[in-house]
Amino acid sequence: MAASTNVAKPALFVRPTWQTGLLSWLTTIDHKKLGILYITSSFLFLALASIEAFIMRLQLMRPGQDLVSPDAFNQLFTMHGVSMVFLAIMPLGIGFANYFVPLMIGARDLAFPRLNAFGYWVYAFGGLMIYTSFFLGGAPDIGWTGYAPNTTLSANPGLGVDFYMFGLFISGIGTTATGMNLIVTIINMRAPGMTFMRMPVFVWMMLITSFMIIFAFPPLTVAFLQVILDRTFGTLFYVPSAGALPILWQHLFWIFGHPEVYIIILPAFGLISEMIPTFSRKPLFGYPVMILASILIAFMGFAVWSHHMFTTGLGPVVNTAFSLTSFIIGIPTGVKIFNWLGTLWGGSIRFTTPLMYSLAFIITFTLGGITGIMVAMPTFDAQVHDTYFVVAHFHYAMGGGALLTFLGGVHYWFPKITGKMIDERMGKVAFWFIVIGFHTIFFPQHLAGLQGMPRRIQTYPAGIGLELWNFMSTFGTFIMGIGLVIFAYNLVKAFRSGAPAGNDPWDGRTLEWATSSPPPYYDFAVQPVVNSLDAFWAYKHPETLHVEAIDPRKAGKEYDAHGVHIPGQSWYPILGSLAIIVGSYGLIYDNLVLAIVSGVFFIFTVFGWAFEGVGGHHLHPELEGERA
Amino acid sequence: MSAHAADNAAPVQTGNRGVLTAHGWRSTRLPDVKLLMWVFLASDCMFFGSLIGTYLAYHNRSLVGPFPIDVLDIPLTTVSSFVLLMSSFLMVLALHALRINDIPKFRLWTAGVALFGSIFLGFQVYEFTHFVHAGLTVHQNLFGTTFFILTGTHGIHVTVGVLWLLAFLIQSYVRPINSKDAVYLEIAGLYWHFVDIVWIVIFTVVYLVEFV
Repeated sequence: MAASTNVAKPALFVRPTWQTGLLSWLTTIDHKKLGILYITSSFLFLALASIEAFIMRLQLMRPGQDLVSPDAFNQLFTMHGVSMVFLAIMPLGIGFANYFVPLMIGARDLAFPRLNAFGYWVYAFGGLMIYTSFFLGGAPDIGWTGYAPNTTLSANPGLGVDFYMFGLFISGIGTTATGMNLIVTIINMRAPGMTFMRMPVFVWMMLITSFMIIFAFPPLTVAFLQVILDRTFGTLFYVPSAGALPILWQHLFWIFGHPEVYIIILPAFGLISEMIPTFSRKPLFGYPVMILASILIAFMGFAVWSHHMFTTGLGPVVNTAFSLTSFIIGIPTGVKIFNWLGTLWGGSIRFTTPLMYSLAFIITFTLGGITGIMVAMPTFDAQVHDTYFVVAHFHYAMGGGALLTFLGGVHYWFPKITGKMIDERMGKVAFWFIVIGFHTIFFPQHLAGLQGMPRRIQTYPAGIGLELWNFMSTFGTFIMGIGLVIFAYNLVKAFRSGAPAGNDPWDGRTLEWATSSPPPYYDFAVQPVVNSLDAFWAYKHPETLHVEAIDPRKAGKEYDAHGVHIPGQSWYPILGSLAIIVGSYGLIYDNLVLAIVSGVFFIFTVFGWAFEGVGGHHLHPELEGERA
Repeated sequence: MSAHAADNAAPVQTGNRGVLTAHGWRSTRLPDVKLLMWVFLASDCMFFGSLIGTYLAYHNRSLVGPFPIDVLDIPLTTVSSFVLLMSSFLMVLALHALRINDIPKFRLWTAGVALFGSIFLGFQVYEFTHFVHAGLTVHQNLFGTTFFILTGTHGIHVTVGVLWLLAFLIQSYVRPINSKDAVYLEIAGLYWHFVDIVWIVIFTVVYLVEFV
């Protein structure tokens, strides 16, 4: 750090420079710290959602129980869905992207570090805001899909709906901002030599996911805005007595909602595509086909939304069209399954915990895909719509697909983030509990659904053949719960006393393994340079790939002529997010003064942000001596 | 794939064209902020698309008046649309002036854009007031709800643009400004042109189609 130059700029707040402690986390713009914040916040919401699911399963263990009231049950399944989809699984993917996309493309940060911080804070505050509704008159009870006209003021005068609309509206803005940021980062900040077809698959998946985010979220934002205006300012968007069409909500919601499925699963596909080649010690089979299949999925993902609405009476032509597109989208997804199998085929496989999660993902996700093809048939869908069959289907796709992958991803990248290894033996024990528990929970739900058990119902009568399936399902939550507790304990243990990981514990392929564990805050001492896909692997194993091996860590000194630019930390992202949240409370409680004051303060933070500038300083880390 | 494996000698054959900036290596020559604005505008297309879609879905579904044909005034809105479109012309002139370091002209044309935008907003305020007096509010019928929210959202976009340009203008008096800052005016211009294009769509869908 010998030659660091400070760029002084006039600013209203003294530019924060804390490197450690609470204030460093509040003002951080470092993609790695924000990635850690994203991932830990996601796991917090995941834990809350799991507790809600556990209470629901206890209620449904036996017929005719009255552990929770129907009203409380409505709140539980709404908050479970909201938390899992918006606050846990999707931000997990974004958290991984935050931490690893810059490292994988050899960049020092995202293109807009303060925007990244803003995205995190609005997500976190928006999520917490929804949860405060439990203490402020009851959580939303409209299902995670919030169908109109259940959300009209006359049908649902409680504040829960307002918290749902405002909270998700706000966190959606953050997600959109982060999506834009990732697109600019991936297009503009790839290391010298990293052409698009030399990018790691995870980076490709995040590029595609980000494009889906920026196109899918605006319709949802508009839908939330319409309900907010209806409830706060008396517009008529979803008031049937004024001639409004409640189905409009369904269209806007699912135009977002189906791409959202792929927004959740594509990052998981990316993680799988990094883990399987590493532990098969082979390049990914069919890299270009994998990319093309993902792009096809992204396009088709915007053309299937009405398969969520087969039973709303859109007519046979519409149903047929959307049924066809839903079948077609299965093809590129199937292609990917074979890509992963082809990668495993003939590889020298190491059965580590991340690989076991990856294999469990392939099996579970394929089962979810098969039931997906089943419900893509309008005739079949009419039979199982709104039953536990659909619940089982999307839990196999989302829980078995995305969540298992992310758990494996935590095992795989924890050594990089903390510099410590997770205990493999205990990790495998947790893995078996989680996977067996998962299937014990959700497989019987297919059968309960085929027997007609509706979802979102607080209880069911005895004697119609549902007892066994529900009991099994609840029994499974205990198994999976034990697994998750072991998983969490294992993480804490590794954090406290894990064995040192070294820079490259798995013999990895991508650039994050070329820097130290944990990475320094400037990520790479020298700008990495690549000359092929998996260039770091090619350098370590020159015999395996037909390219000239260059060391990505040393080849690019001339690209650091100005030194490494480290952007300055900032107060404005968190202050702006707080202004939005406080203003929302003002609108929810009809306190216009509070709302206007917050709005003015928000405008102030926007100008403060703009005039503060990027700031920061340049440093020359290679002068500190080469990092191994 | 002919790479020079030397550690720090000749530059590695990278195969993509980038540029070394003060903020590090960039793999394209498109500035970050400009790319961000394009991506934002792509996203904003879906935002306005959803609002316009809602307007069309509720077209002719109002149960009580006033109906569009009762209140819409094509000549008036044609004038305000013309003013808004001409502001795009001034935007181009302002950007050109800044690029050739002609700061007085830059200030003149930028002030002109902000003025024309404000005139458009003035027309909109007049129109809204007139409609409310004619009995059309957001509470009245679906036309009122969808019309005010769609055109109001567009009006907020114009307002943001005017504030942005005014901030640019004021800043040019506070600290020296030159052609190196042109990219920031260019992204403000991209935003401004986009908002104009959206108005062309709204003017067609909401106003003109009604009288076909």
